[in-house]
Amino acid sequence: MKTSAPESLCITGVTLLSGAGIGDQVTSVLIQDGAIAAFGKQAEQATADRVLQAEGCYLSPGFVDLYCNLREPGNGQKGNIASETRAAAKGGFTTVCAAPDSSPINDTGAVTRLIQEVASERSPIRVLPLGATTRGLEGELLSDMAGLTAAGCVAFSNGSLGIRDARVLRRAMAYARTFGYTLMFQPNNRALAADGFAHDGLVTARLGLLGIPEIAETTAVMELLLLAEETGVRLHLSQISTARAVEMVAEAQARGVAVSADVAMHQLVFTEDALSGFDSRFHVIPPLRSENDRQGLLTGLRTGTVSAVVSQHQPHDPAAKRAPLGETAPGLSSVESVLSMGLMLVSDGELTLPELIRALTSGPAGVLGLGVGELRIGVGADLCVFDPAATWVANDTSLQSTGKHGPILGRPLPGVVRYTISQGSVAWQPT
Amino acid sequence: MTATDSSLPTLQLTREGRLKHFLTLDGLDQALLTDILDTADSFIEVGERSIKKVPLLRGRTVVNLFFESSTRTRSTFELAAKRLSADVLNLDINTSATSKGETLSDTLLNLEAMASDMFVVRHSQSGAPHFIAETVTPGVAIINAGDGRHAHPTQAMLDMLTIRQHKGQFAGLKVAIVGDILHSRVARSQIRALNTLGVEEVRVIAPATLLPKDVESLGCKVEYDMRHGLRDLDVIIMLRLQRERMEGALLPSEREFYRLYGLNEEKLALADSRCIVMHPGPINRGVEIESAVADGPQSVILNQVTNGIAVRMAVMSMAMSGQVSERVQPGEGAGQ
Repeated sequence: MKTSAPESLCITGVTLLSGAGIGDQVTSVLIQDGAIAAFGKQAEQATADRVLQAEGCYLSPGFVDLYCNLREPGNGQKGNIASETRAAAKGGFTTVCAAPDSSPINDTGAVTRLIQEVASERSPIRVLPLGATTRGLEGELLSDMAGLTAAGCVAFSNGSLGIRDARVLRRAMAYARTFGYTLMFQPNNRALAADGFAHDGLVTARLGLLGIPEIAETTAVMELLLLAEETGVRLHLSQISTARAVEMVAEAQARGVAVSADVAMHQLVFTEDALSGFDSRFHVIPPLRSENDRQGLLTGLRTGTVSAVVSQHQPHDPAAKRAPLGETAPGLSSVESVLSMGLMLVSDGELTLPELIRALTSGPAGVLGLGVGELRIGVGADLCVFDPAATWVANDTSLQSTGKHGPILGRPLPGVVRYTISQGSVAWQPT
Repeated sequence: MTATDSSLPTLQLTREGRLKHFLTLDGLDQALLTDILDTADSFIEVGERSIKKVPLLRGRTVVNLFFESSTRTRSTFELAAKRLSADVLNLDINTSATSKGETLSDTLLNLEAMASDMFVVRHSQSGAPHFIAETVTPGVAIINAGDGRHAHPTQAMLDMLTIRQHKGQFAGLKVAIVGDILHSRVARSQIRALNTLGVEEVRVIAPATLLPKDVESLGCKVEYDMRHGLRDLDVIIMLRLQRERMEGALLPSEREFYRLYGLNEEKLALADSRCIVMHPGPINRGVEIESAVADGPQSVILNQVTNGIAVRMAVMSMAMSGQVSERVQPGEGAGQ
């Protein structure tokens, strides 16, 4: 991320908010030398270089995204580190994990270092690269996990491809376990998913879309859980989409398997119905599933079985989405809309505000062992200051991402991020 | 939560509820379907004249845009357009532009430059005509001639016309669709049409591998046993079985399929004695239907072909007039 001379900041008029709860009074926060230095009167009495007035806003830890496609290197028409981290900062994120499926794929230390160099110059927030578990994401040969870790990778993923060969998967887990690395997998049995691109259910029956059955996910979850249990690897399931997977993860956690899970925010808000008008924006993998699945995922978040919500941000150029549904590229440009979608869930009574914030801060931070997600003196000042009462409209102009295919366009969305503070510096503010 | 603002019914109807595209039967009510059948009836007479033309589409250009090859459907659309006095251009995109890497959007831009009034679209992707209807210049009518596994609404309507001709009405009818429902756009449109027109019961008869998940939600009952499923039937619709279904491990063999789900005279005798037999064609004799049944007295397969021209004339003329009514209407919403 960009580093500039640290100025001291005093943010006034805010209510503290974290996964632990909501503060009971309006207060101020002083930030000095990149860390939280004081709260309340003490903060107000100090002399800060700059005072940020944020009356009516919540101040929460900055959001952590475990899976975000930054499209650099290699896919400049879809986005780049500068544009997508600016979008993430606008969304209140202070840390994003960069998906490994760039071009070239992040399976060597050179690519990892390239991502970090570009990020250090052009990103207002922290970028943590995810390494490819297998070379070229091909699921055949292990990548140099120790070398990638030394270069800066914080965990390993195999993108959306997974590893087909159970023997390779088992060895990847055993090897990762040797060094205590975390493996993140999107559970998907590719033989069962085949060429599908929608949840196999009511909408595929009606529209004749190629379906991905629920069992494409659950059989993969079962295989991953059993192998993780046997190898002892630290397993994180990325972007689960079914109620049944949540139950399976809960059972595994109960018997002591080191497994955690996340869900993409759009899975909590939308269902298979979103495809009923062939809207290519909602072509996402895993697909939007049934209302029963959505409810199961929300339950998993409330109980903590699912510890994180991710953006699964996948920006595209317009042409990639402008075709008959089955010929379009999967993914939403979502990172700027995550908070707003979450606040919609809160106002519908489906999540509490602390549950939402936990899933965006301490939850994902815990998966990677990052020391962020708390509001106390001495911790690094990665913060999000947002106005829950203000609204914004996502459209081609307001979206900072190169991808303009946001999940909800053209109507007011609740929640505007006033300031994103990354390591003590202002990473986003309205212009 | 619903995500989309543009639902299918509003896309293909004018604000007055008239057709302006014909993409799917979803969202079309019984009155509109009956109107299509009545209009088609009036065109049947045109086909019996020595001069088989009416001037409803005179001066209009209809482009047959087939991204998937088809002989019968395309020729009946062509004949229908010509009987309506339109100029017709046939494009097999299958073998031209897209194989050179041109995207569908680019192909459309080029065709719009030719000032066409109507595209008749067949495409292997479900939803492609819907995509085209959202993309093209306002004023151009899109007629779905079959998209992926989604819909084949003109085929379903010509089937409904055939049923009405032979049965008089839809109330009280028991209809079965037999065979590969999973891959069939025809079956999806038929199930919708039969439900909208108010038949008593729709059954689908097939092994589980050839049925979509949650198929009952479409408004039909599942029968795995064909003999059981044929009892009391008024209409049997047989579907074509594609050879490649064996390769995907959906079926063991054609022989076994024919034994279990093929229609022969002995099985036909289990249905009502006045039961009619239909097939969207082209038929696979000895795979899903016995020749004695296909050519027998209860078969109405050739009536279906004749009705195909009349139904397509009806839909094309109705959609064109819906487009014209929107064009002449001033105001912000016209042509949306």
